[in-house]
Amino acid sequence: MGIDIRLPLGSLFSLLGIILFAYGALGDSSRYQQSLGVNVNLYWGIVLLAFGLLMLFLGRRGARSAAKEENVSPSARAGH
Amino acid sequence: MTGIDWLILILYFAFVLGIGVALKSSMKTSTDFFLAGRAIPAWVCGLAFMSANLGAQEVIGMGASGAKYGIATSHFYWIGAIPAMVFVGIFMMPFYYGSRARSVPEYLRLRFDEKTRGLNAISFAIMTIFSSGISMYAIAKLIQTLHVFDGVFQRLGLNSSWIFDVAILISAVVVLVYTFLGGLSSAIYNEVLQFFLIVAGFLPLSYLGLKNVGGWSGLKATLGASYTHSWSGMGHANTNRLGVEWFGLVMGLGFVLSFGYWCTDFLVVQRAMAAKSMSAARRTPLIGAFPKMLFPFLVILPGLIAIALPAQPAVPPNASAVASVQPLGQGIIPLKVDATSGKPMLDNNGKTQLDYDLAVPSMLLHYFPPGMLGLGLTALLASFMSGMAGNVTAFNTVWTYDIYQSYIRPGATDQHYLWMGRASTVFGIAFSIAAAYMANRFNNIMDMLQLVFAFVNAPLFATFLLGMFWKRTTGHGAFTGLLAGTAAAAIHHGLTLPAGAVTGIKGGWLAITHTYPSEMAQNFWTAIYAWSTCFVVTIVVSLMTRAPEESKLVGLVYSLTPRPEEEPLAWYAKPASLAVMVIAGTVLLNIIFW
Repeated sequence: MGIDIRLPLGSLFSLLGIILFAYGALGDSSRYQQSLGVNVNLYWGIVLLAFGLLMLFLGRRGARSAAKEENVSPSARAGH
Repeated sequence: MTGIDWLILILYFAFVLGIGVALKSSMKTSTDFFLAGRAIPAWVCGLAFMSANLGAQEVIGMGASGAKYGIATSHFYWIGAIPAMVFVGIFMMPFYYGSRARSVPEYLRLRFDEKTRGLNAISFAIMTIFSSGISMYAIAKLIQTLHVFDGVFQRLGLNSSWIFDVAILISAVVVLVYTFLGGLSSAIYNEVLQFFLIVAGFLPLSYLGLKNVGGWSGLKATLGASYTHSWSGMGHANTNRLGVEWFGLVMGLGFVLSFGYWCTDFLVVQRAMAAKSMSAARRTPLIGAFPKMLFPFLVILPGLIAIALPAQPAVPPNASAVASVQPLGQGIIPLKVDATSGKPMLDNNGKTQLDYDLAVPSMLLHYFPPGMLGLGLTALLASFMSGMAGNVTAFNTVWTYDIYQSYIRPGATDQHYLWMGRASTVFGIAFSIAAAYMANRFNNIMDMLQLVFAFVNAPLFATFLLGMFWKRTTGHGAFTGLLAGTAAAAIHHGLTLPAGAVTGIKGGWLAITHTYPSEMAQNFWTAIYAWSTCFVVTIVVSLMTRAPEESKLVGLVYSLTPRPEEEPLAWYAKPASLAVMVIAGTVLLNIIFW
């Protein structure tokens, strides 16, 4: 229907991941006292980026195979 | 909120609105708008099926219950949702999807008659408006309490008493734009975004919290057995924190209320009706059941951790010294404070109360640095808005198909109904705004309305069960059964009272014949009485009235419908295999947390 949700989902999470990762890598680490000394922005940013890229990959692959099916099916039907 | 938190929030809003705009061009017929063209893949519908229910009440309420009742709150998931989700997928979806009904009330029209549909459609439409209003009210209240907008308001020189109004306006406009443009597809896609945002925002919270309190064993040591076991005290109402015995819990919550919601509420069923095939529709609730099974760890656990931490004054980010003179709450949960006087509120016995609804927000503020805090708050707001959008899309469909097309203007063109769908989105949201202000001004009216909705909903599942599985059930039987069930719920509520409560909205307004150990026990038993009355009355009246013609019931009743043909799917993706897996997982979780 219209768009494959994995593409916007993947883009949003990739962007969120990059923002958090950059903020975690560049900012000063004293602010992580409240998160028990864990730089959550940095680590969770990496996880979100990985998830976002995976969704983009799956979405692109899905779009390609859907396009292939559309190209194949009319001729397949004509053969019957 | 700092700059980075705003950046995350605004990025999310941009995507939400962008999805609406991108979908606008594919909204050509009313089916595109109201049923997403019946073209959505099963996994997307499944996540939306689960997330549509993941609104304000769920995320804030389950954390609050976790702090109040402990891990026993997971009963609302493990017996209060999973069995019903499996049942609707395996047994009921063939009739909902197979009958080509466009809504749940329309199924009632096909199976029974016009009056049964009318009763269901009108009560459902009113209910969705109020639920969406309550969601909006909850967003605005939370934004006010957490001082999210205070900094911006100060900088712009605006009066901070407008924060509530601005918050209502923003949430209403955002939801309006994306449901107006993209209809149900837009709502479903945003529910999927929201699902992943909640996981992204809450998983680190549970992790950090658990790490801080020394893991599950540390939590057990701090809180004791009553907080950390879900079944072991359920033998008697006085030996568990819920104040309910196992029979009331299993029958009231696990059977009547849960099946009544997950199997008959159009808000969730609509997500499955949008699926692209029968097998996708059947798998929708089953796929949703997998994350549902694990969500207690994301939404209930933070509540438990909040109550287990050492007490400390919760200081809102922009608050001044006022907070430090307030008496301590428990854990990081603050006391309930009267908004006008600023003093702690007292209950009937003169004791201070904890503001459990702040359990989850306090956890976010406690553990998350700037950056993650933005993500956590965005997840919270996203869940509120999706809860609202779910109600709005269910409302515009029931209004347009079941009320407008049936009673006001039948036989118009499809384009006209598409237009009406958009128009009803606008006035549905306008009414929700009115409901949100009503919730703010007159709390008692809202409580009373929710009580009436509970009475109307309680008997519903008996009607559907008989309608789908007993071909002799008649329209007159169903209609009288529903009315009798609702009346039974009201009478039972009027005759009983939870211990320690005052006669009135809590019950006992006819006479007090029985006192329940807790309000939850009273609710569960009200549901049991309503369901049983509806079940018996429907059967008796059906037998007294003329049987429906069997030829008209094909595709609507179990015994007269051919089994759905299975699509060629891998063994693990078949509905039955998914059902077995999710039930096995749920049983295992119940044993682990016994």
